[in-house]
This record gives sequence, C-alpha cells and structure tokens, in this order.
Amino acid sequence: MALSKAELVEHIYKMVEAASGKRQLKASDLWKAVLKEHSELDKKDVQTAIKELIDGGRCVYTYFGGSYVELPRVEAAAKKG
Amino acid sequence: MSKTPLLDQLESGPWPSFVTDLKRMAAKKPQVKDLLAQLERSYQEKITHWKHGGIVGVLGYGSGIIGRYSDLAETFPGVEHFHTMRINQPSGWFYTTKALRGLCDIWDKHGSGLLNMHGATGDIIFLGTRTENLEPCFAELTANGWDLGGSGSTFRSPSCCLGPARCEWACYDTMEACYVLTQEMQFDMHRPSYPYKYKLKFSGCPNDCVAAVARADLSIIGVWKDDIRIDQAAVKAYAGGELKPRGGATPYAKLDIKADVTDLCPTHCMSYDGKKLAIDNRNCNHCMHCINLMPQALRPGTETGATLLLGSHAPILEGAQLSWVIQPFIVMESPYDEFKELNVRITEWWAEHGKNRERIGELILRLGMREFLEAAELPPAPQQVRIPRANPFFFWQQSDFDAEAKGRKYYTREGFDVE
Repeated sequence: MALSKAELVEHIYKMVEAASGKRQLKASDLWKAVLKEHSELDKKDVQTAIKELIDGGRCVYTYFGGSYVELPRVEAAAKKG
Repeated sequence: MSKTPLLDQLESGPWPSFVTDLKRMAAKKPQVKDLLAQLERSYQEKITHWKHGGIVGVLGYGSGIIGRYSDLAETFPGVEHFHTMRINQPSGWFYTTKALRGLCDIWDKHGSGLLNMHGATGDIIFLGTRTENLEPCFAELTANGWDLGGSGSTFRSPSCCLGPARCEWACYDTMEACYVLTQEMQFDMHRPSYPYKYKLKFSGCPNDCVAAVARADLSIIGVWKDDIRIDQAAVKAYAGGELKPRGGATPYAKLDIKADVTDLCPTHCMSYDGKKLAIDNRNCNHCMHCINLMPQALRPGTETGATLLLGSHAPILEGAQLSWVIQPFIVMESPYDEFKELNVRITEWWAEHGKNRERIGELILRLGMREFLEAAELPPAPQQVRIPRANPFFFWQQSDFDAEAKGRKYYTREGFDVE
C-alpha cells in the first residue's frame, strides 16, 4: 500500500527510534530499507522525509566515523570529566 | 619561568610559529590561554586531551561543524567546548578585504578568533567555539552571504584553481564550474547521504595547481584536444637567450631546447633541429613541461575541455592513491549538464553499492572498473588503463562469451554495446 508523505515520515521515525541504542542508521540504510518495502517510492521521497525529521528537530545527524540519522541526545563527550 | 616551555621551543625555528600567533590572541581571548595550557600539558603527557563530539551542529545541517570537547574541562574551562566550523570558501579563494574583515568580526564575536585560511579541503576553518554559540554564529554568517561547508559523509566543499581569472593556461572556467557544482550539490553537501566523503576539485590545466589528481575523488583537470600552438619565432628567442625560461622563474638565463625541453619530453614526441620545433601531437600526453618552460612560444590548443579522473584518496593502511582517467575529454561549458549527469550516475552507483566508509575509488577497486563504467555509462577508452602492461590478466566471465555469441563486443549490459 502506498504511503502518504506524512506516513512515510512517521515510518522512518519509527525505524530510527527502533534502532536507537542498538544500531546507528545511515541515510542510505533508511532509503534502502524503505524502498525494499515500498517500491512505489523513490529515493528522493525518503530523502525529503528525512529532511523533514531533521528540520523539525525530531532526528539529528550525528558523526561517529560515518554520518548517521539518530534521535537527539546529549552526547557523552559533552559531559565534564 | 614560562608556563609553556615545550611550546616555546616551537617558536625558536626560522619559520612563523602558530604558538606565537596563539600567544598574541591569548592576550585578548581567555579561551586561547587555556588552549595553550592544555596543549602544553598534552606535550608533557604525550596524549591528546580532546574528545570527539559527534552530535553538535546547527539545525537542519549534518555537516560543517566538527565537535571537540576537552577532557580537562575543570582545569581549562575556556576549552571545555572547542568546536570547529567549516565555512564554504569562494571559488579560487578570492576575497575582498571587506569580506575578510566581516568574517573575522563574526568569529571574534562568536568564537576564539582563531582561524585557518584554509583547511585541506579548501574551506575557511573557524577553530574553537561553544555549543551555544553555533546557531548565532551560523545565523550571522548566512545573513552575510556565507554558508557552512561539507564534513562527514557528504559532498565536500568543492575547490578550484583561480583559472581564467589569472591564468592564461586555463582550459575551462574552473571558478564558474566550481560555483555551479557547489550550488547544484547543496542538498548533498549539508545532508549526509553518502557512504563516506566525496570531493571534487577543478584544475584548469594539467599543471593541476589544486592537486586534484591526488586529493579529489573526482578530479576535473583542464586539457586540450587539438595541437599545441607554437610560435617558432619565440622558440628561436628562447634558444638565443632573449627570452628567459619559465617566464624568468628560474636561475637559468638561457634554455637549451634539446636538453631541457625535447629530451625531457616524457613521450619523446618533440624534436628540435636547431631551427624549428616540431611536435607529434598524437603522442603528446599533455604533461605541460614544454609549455611551462617556454610560455611565450607554446600554448595549449584551442579545442579545450577537461579530463575526468576518479578515485584518489589517502587511506592510512593502503597509502595514498592517485585518481585515474574515466573520461579522457569532456566539454566543460555552462550549464555543465553532461558533467552534472555523470556526477549523479557516479554517486548513485556508489551510494547503492558502497560500504560504510568506503570511498568511490575503493569501491571501484573492489567491484572493478568494468562494473563502474557500465554503471556510469562511460565507454572504455585506452586512457583508462591505469598502469599499462602491469597486469596482463583479464578474467572472462560466461556472460562475455554469451555476449560475444550475440555479437556484442565489450559489455555484458543489454543495450550498452560499444563497437
């Protein structure tokens, strides 16, 4: 079944949320997974949905050797000591 | 006694010292005093006291900010946060003094005041600010026409030589191409979506003043297709010592055309009989040696464009690798559609097949040039042979025999035959 734009955003958010603390997901992991399930979508749709999550502050880009899409958090390095 | 005896030694040599610069800045910026003290401590203990920050950034962007924290924040509070900001440089690094003063004022207000002009990729590097200063600094930069550059797994800020702005050898407008691609790739620059970093560098001629062949994943190096233009009267003037070699930028007063030019031609495609210089242009590999020595006698041809090379990077384990040719000649003229479309095909294939932290050149080494050429829709060309005669083996696949039986020549992909 085709996903609406809003549903796609929520779908991606849930993927990021489910992976939180277990696995870091790159933007390409997200579009590859989404396109596998929803072949009617294209990569641009997924990128736009990720953009919406980032611009809305629900997800952030992180960099730990590679760039990932994650839930916002206070990083360990920012703490004193 | 000095508080930084080890750092002081770095001021004792004949060269300008960053320590001297830091000390000068420390007089007005307390965080720089702490920076010096922490660095002295690192030199004593032989370990870094920086911690990597992977989350800080500005809203909407996934690049341009490199997080740094001190693990001695109690002792050196001034460097508790010391993030770096990368600012996208203008094409060719041309600035007005007003623009430079504007940048410095913004950084004095929001950061340590320390900056590098420029980082290895080409960006302006602002060194040292706190997390809460990032957004206000970014807002002021954008209000003044600046933007952050690339970092992380993104399209990095492209850079170029100054091209036709100051160089008669530029075979295309490097600064325009760099600017157009910077605008075209904004999404990929600010929103990480690649397996790893991806760099473009534009050089106007094979002298390659931005070292694109060694430092860019995709190197765009200006070249000409037709014959080198020769002014025989000027050749005579060089032979007679009336014209100085290299435009005077050499201690030698007179050129020995045979010994200095034709005998040093890497393909031996030139000859000089004492009166006339002849070039077998079909065998010229565009090394620029002769043109560099006799700039008033020789000039690149008039049918100009660029050679595209792919894959240079410097991984720690394997060592530095140069780019190699993927397209011997491409016309580089606005709006650069052919180049943009090829660039998309390259990055799409890489994004699809690349592993985490695998550069495009490494992916080609893993999957093979053949697969890459098919994906990029580039025909095979002799110039793509990276190391001629070094590897005589070619591993035929069943699909090759099947293709041959069908009358196809090189490719296994349907509809992409090359005669």
